[in-house]
Amino acid sequence: MSKLTELPDERGHFGPYGGVFIAETLMEPVDELRRAYERYMQDPEFLAELDADLQHYVGRPSPIYHAERLSRELGGAQIYLKREDLNHTGAHKVNNTIGQALLAKRMGKTRIIAETGAGQHGVATATVAARLGLECVAYMGEVDAARQEANVYRMRLLGAEVRTVSSGSRTLKDALNEAMRDWVANVDDTFYIIGTVAGPHPYPAMVRDFQAVIGREAREQIQQMTGRLPDALIACVGGGSNAIGLFFPFLEDGQVAIYGVEAAGDGLETGHHAAPLCAGRPGVLHGNRTYLMEDPDGQIIETHSISAGLDYPGVGPEHAWLKDSGRASYVAITDEEALEGFHRLTRIEGIIPALESSHAVAQAMKMAPTMDREQILLVNLSGRGDKDMHTVAAREGLKL
Amino acid sequence: MSRIQQRFAMLREQGRKALIPFITAGDPDNEVTVPLMHTLVRNGADIIELGVPFSDPMADGPVIQRASERALDHHTSLHDVLDMVRAFRRDNDEIPVVLMGYLNPIEVMGHAAFAQAAADAGVDGVLTVDIPPEEGVELLATLREHGIDPIYLLAPTSTPERIRQLTAAASGFVYYVSLKGVTGAGNLDIQAVADKLDAIRSVTDMPVGVGFGIKDAETAQAMGKIADAVVVGSALVSQVEAHADDPDRIHATVGAIVADMRRALDQG
Ligand SMILES: Cc1ncc(COP(=O)(O)O)c(C=O)c1O
Repeated sequence: MSKLTELPDERGHFGPYGGVFIAETLMEPVDELRRAYERYMQDPEFLAELDADLQHYVGRPSPIYHAERLSRELGGAQIYLKREDLNHTGAHKVNNTIGQALLAKRMGKTRIIAETGAGQHGVATATVAARLGLECVAYMGEVDAARQEANVYRMRLLGAEVRTVSSGSRTLKDALNEAMRDWVANVDDTFYIIGTVAGPHPYPAMVRDFQAVIGREAREQIQQMTGRLPDALIACVGGGSNAIGLFFPFLEDGQVAIYGVEAAGDGLETGHHAAPLCAGRPGVLHGNRTYLMEDPDGQIIETHSISAGLDYPGVGPEHAWLKDSGRASYVAITDEEALEGFHRLTRIEGIIPALESSHAVAQAMKMAPTMDREQILLVNLSGRGDKDMHTVAAREGLKL
Repeated sequence: MSRIQQRFAMLREQGRKALIPFITAGDPDNEVTVPLMHTLVRNGADIIELGVPFSDPMADGPVIQRASERALDHHTSLHDVLDMVRAFRRDNDEIPVVLMGYLNPIEVMGHAAFAQAAADAGVDGVLTVDIPPEEGVELLATLREHGIDPIYLLAPTSTPERIRQLTAAASGFVYYVSLKGVTGAGNLDIQAVADKLDAIRSVTDMPVGVGFGIKDAETAQAMGKIADAVVVGSALVSQVEAHADDPDRIHATVGAIVADMRRALDQG
């Protein structure tokens, strides 16, 4: 069997997962993208431009931060946060949109489309489109647009057209369907920037490669700060891009445990959640084979999470394989627990995390007390919580 | 010879073109579908394409998306669709039925179990939109073993190499998607379609159907001049939608459009 870091195979498979499951019209455009991706990821000039943008525009490297007070209060392992919340636009999403937009430019595409759930990926896409002078259309489910109004406005300020999607469950998965339909109809001039490690090959591998800067930096930084590798990594998993970005450079470090945290919503036992790896089954959706949330007839079911960014019924195929192969463990955190993590980090460390990232924080709060003071937990703080003020306030009966 | 091959052989002898109407199974409810299939036949259908509802129909435009949603509102399943085909077969042993849908419901049933059940029900062809032959080697073999024709889409973006690959994998007929877009979209460029059909025919003797964007008798007739079959979907499904609470009107309006297209094709 090939090493985990050598996956996917040439047709995009991670074990039995991944692949290319799309309609014929998209086969050639997707293959054109694959060829461009393979070419430019070897191109020193492309990589130098990407690095420069990540440094000067995004603000990389993002620091890691020792959450000393939180660690002390929990009385166990030392918690370190990888501060993706400090990136331009407030989350890890921009690492990927910069990369894909540069690729779009190289391929001569003049129009960018994206799907977005929480609006973070839409904002990160609209941002790079503005900077590169590309036309931008973001698809967003009606339900998500209503709960993330501020991000809809941000996208519009940045010059993007936001098209709300009223089909299906009117959330992220439907926005992705609609973006695919747009792409089919406009393949000649349009580049589809997918926001997570979903979609047909090469997307899961390509988005991972653009996000792996998180793990490469963190692996060096933690060794500089502490003289060693962490005992465990923790990241939230929606589609799984921030998580795979952190995990990938550590996959061969067998002593480092890996935890992906899905959204348990109201609790796994209620069925109201967004945890395909913990409670779903393998199937095929959005261009790849992976774990899904589906009913007994194979219809995709609605998900629930307090965080729009985790509200997705599938998950990147590489996570499916990391789960089956045993290299990573996947757990789930409820809305309630995530909110507790949100408030605790805010009050103790003065860092307001995104609700998505709060799931990872909550998992660290569970694990730390069961570990020694010398042990290290490295948590991906994938984004900041500014976008979530309304949601959190509403939970407390406040309207902003 | 499969039912599909027989049908095309007969049409070729008569110098006629095949008319392939599409409806979504279970739209607007399960009781309408089988009688509507018979209505299609009475008005001149040669092959029936029956859409299997799916929650995430990525290749479909709004009309067929909404048809899927109407069917899923009352949970029309792949099992139900096979029951409908079985019921249709009690009264009709001639007209081929092709299921068109997405992979995931088939995954859940299991490829072998699905192929067996479909063959038992009297299904003749299966068009699964989101499984290209390179991912579907096993499903393809399983369908073949059960005497079911795997139908594939070809698109304006298909390279010559892919056309070769897909026509080699398919049997019965191939289905050319006449425009870059989803079902129900846009306007047809007849000359562009004709050029592509030439390219397809240079590598296969199989009949070539054309679909996506055929709206009325006029476009059907124009396509019939260059293709072996025309597929019409959204134009029918939008009538089902318009008369969702009046099955009699569904039969009347859908039947009239199909009859119109039949006449135009045969005059063509
Ligand atoms: C801050 C933040 N974290 C995590 C996610 C989940 O996406 P992924 O699992 O791809 O990292 C999102 C998605 O919108 C997000 O905004």
